[in-house]
Amino acid sequence: MRGLPPVLITTIVLVAGFAACAMQFPNIASTRVVGNLLTDNAFLGIVAVGMTFVIISGGIDLSVGSVIGFTTVFVALAIERWGVPPLIAFVAILALSAAFGAAMGAVIHVFDLPPFIVTLAGMFLARGASFLLSTESVPITAPVYSTVSDFALRMPGGGRLTAIAIIMLVIVIGGALLLHLTRFGANVYALGGSRATASLMGVAVGKMTVKIYMLSSLLAGIAGIVFSFYTSAGYSLSAVGVELDTIAAVVIGGTLLTGGQGSVIGTFLGVLIQGMIQTYINFDGTLSSWWTKIATGVLLFAFIALQQALVALARRPAAKREGAAT
Amino acid sequence: MTALLPRRGLAQILALIVILAVDRVVSPQFFDLRLQDGRLFGSLIDVLNRGTPVALLSLGMVLVIATRGIDLSVGAVMAICGAIAASLADSHSLPVVLAAALGAGLVCGLWNGFLVAVLGMQPIVATLILMVAGRGIAQLITEGRIVTFSSPDLVWLGNGSVLGLPVPVVIALGMLILTGAVVRGSALGLLIEATGGNARASELAGVGTRAMIIAVYVWCGVCAALAGVIAAADIMGADANNAGLWLELDAILAVVIGGTSLFGGRFSLVLAVLGALIIQTMNTGILLSGYPPEFNLLVKAVVVLAVLLLQSPKLSGFAGIAARLKRTKA
Repeated sequence: MRGLPPVLITTIVLVAGFAACAMQFPNIASTRVVGNLLTDNAFLGIVAVGMTFVIISGGIDLSVGSVIGFTTVFVALAIERWGVPPLIAFVAILALSAAFGAAMGAVIHVFDLPPFIVTLAGMFLARGASFLLSTESVPITAPVYSTVSDFALRMPGGGRLTAIAIIMLVIVIGGALLLHLTRFGANVYALGGSRATASLMGVAVGKMTVKIYMLSSLLAGIAGIVFSFYTSAGYSLSAVGVELDTIAAVVIGGTLLTGGQGSVIGTFLGVLIQGMIQTYINFDGTLSSWWTKIATGVLLFAFIALQQALVALARRPAAKREGAAT
Repeated sequence: MTALLPRRGLAQILALIVILAVDRVVSPQFFDLRLQDGRLFGSLIDVLNRGTPVALLSLGMVLVIATRGIDLSVGAVMAICGAIAASLADSHSLPVVLAAALGAGLVCGLWNGFLVAVLGMQPIVATLILMVAGRGIAQLITEGRIVTFSSPDLVWLGNGSVLGLPVPVVIALGMLILTGAVVRGSALGLLIEATGGNARASELAGVGTRAMIIAVYVWCGVCAALAGVIAAADIMGADANNAGLWLELDAILAVVIGGTSLFGGRFSLVLAVLGALIIQTMNTGILLSGYPPEFNLLVKAVVVLAVLLLQSPKLSGFAGIAARLKRTKA
């Protein structure tokens, strides 16, 4: 039941929004459009799963966009310039990004610093490092890339479920299982509820913090690889500002920014809502892309205000009871 | 001056001197100043001039951070106000343009303050909304174009000079003195620090914490608006996509370098501005040294980490770092 009401509202917004779009442009309700929506937002969906864990644990990770950018450049250079086989390049970059996340988690825990500012430094570091590698866009011509880009499952109605969309769906399902069914997931909620309480209950707070940020950066690395499949290139300026889209998706998905509540499925729906707004704007043709930002901002406000109201409602009886006891 | 410059400013001043010395080594003409057409030119003036937007932002940001808040929207507010100023510049007089732009900044600040103080949202989240939506609004104003203007009055704000100093520098100095006079000349600064130190205790002690919080976000919005107008005047146009992009991070960095803790409480305006100058001196130094500007981000990251470790509640000074490193290694 945990976190269900906000997710329900997210679902209603998505369904109602999709219905409204489909009424205006009947073509939107086709597997072709939905398939494209999944493909276009594959990297966002993957990175948002990691951000969900971080935010539920009461933290925030601003470095994900830069990690995606660094990954695309690293992979492109490794394959094209250094002649590394793609698979080894993928393993190397995933190890590197996991280590990067673990380091940030360690700094946050050991020095007791706000995650916001530590991951901000991480954001500078990763973006700066990708600039150092290359400031130009490096095209990737390895055969694996065309194979993966061409691969797609046909859906009824002519839609294509591409490889990167499948990767995203698998990660969303895996993330949901990890969060909702394992001890690790329960610990994530415990940390977000109260760090001190979790520690007293025997959760290894330090190890958990390191693991959570490691997971987030690892998923950002995977998102970077997916992004390089999507664009067939590595560019140091790619995915600038993605951290904001990701946080927005997580919040719209009903995860409490103060931690302790939320779900991966909600986040996935949040990603779909953002994709839907983008699709609607593309279909309309007269609206400009900046309306996406405004619409996202309005949705963000609506959902945070709603959370605030829910939290206030939940607290009221508790406060009364406290008052009676003293 | 003693009220503005506390004893703890020594580290920042030393850091600035060291960076200036490095810049001097990198570029022998660094300290050269020459007077041309009644305006001073030289790398030092350039540092001051380029550092103005971040210095202005940090003036507002330091007050917000002192209340234990943070304002991520300042870059977007710069874009909005720059866009407003640029679109009105050729059809209205300077006072009207300024009033409109600063008014918009005030409204943005009021919105942030309302979300934080009245609705009780976390500052990061509350200001994230305007950060995301703000650039969209700015593009709405410019209709997606880069709006250029030729109004000499507004251009003067960005490129003119007063007594040999560039106008933006004079404005920033004026704002520093004004802000300092208001918060340190009265009990306001103390009340702001009290709010950040412990909002609940201050509230019980009779501090109007809600009004304090709204006031600092409004001031932050106005400072951002001014920075936005200057940035627009500087390039004689408003670019909704890139004006003030990532400057919120530089402003936060400046405040942190200035020794104000992200956990709220004691703050120093002068040191925050000094932090902005340190950042700009580094940027200019990297440019002059011939290294690619991409190094900026790496250097900034290292500086943030170093300052954070020094500020860490679990550490006091270098001895702590050494001891801790030993322990984590063992």
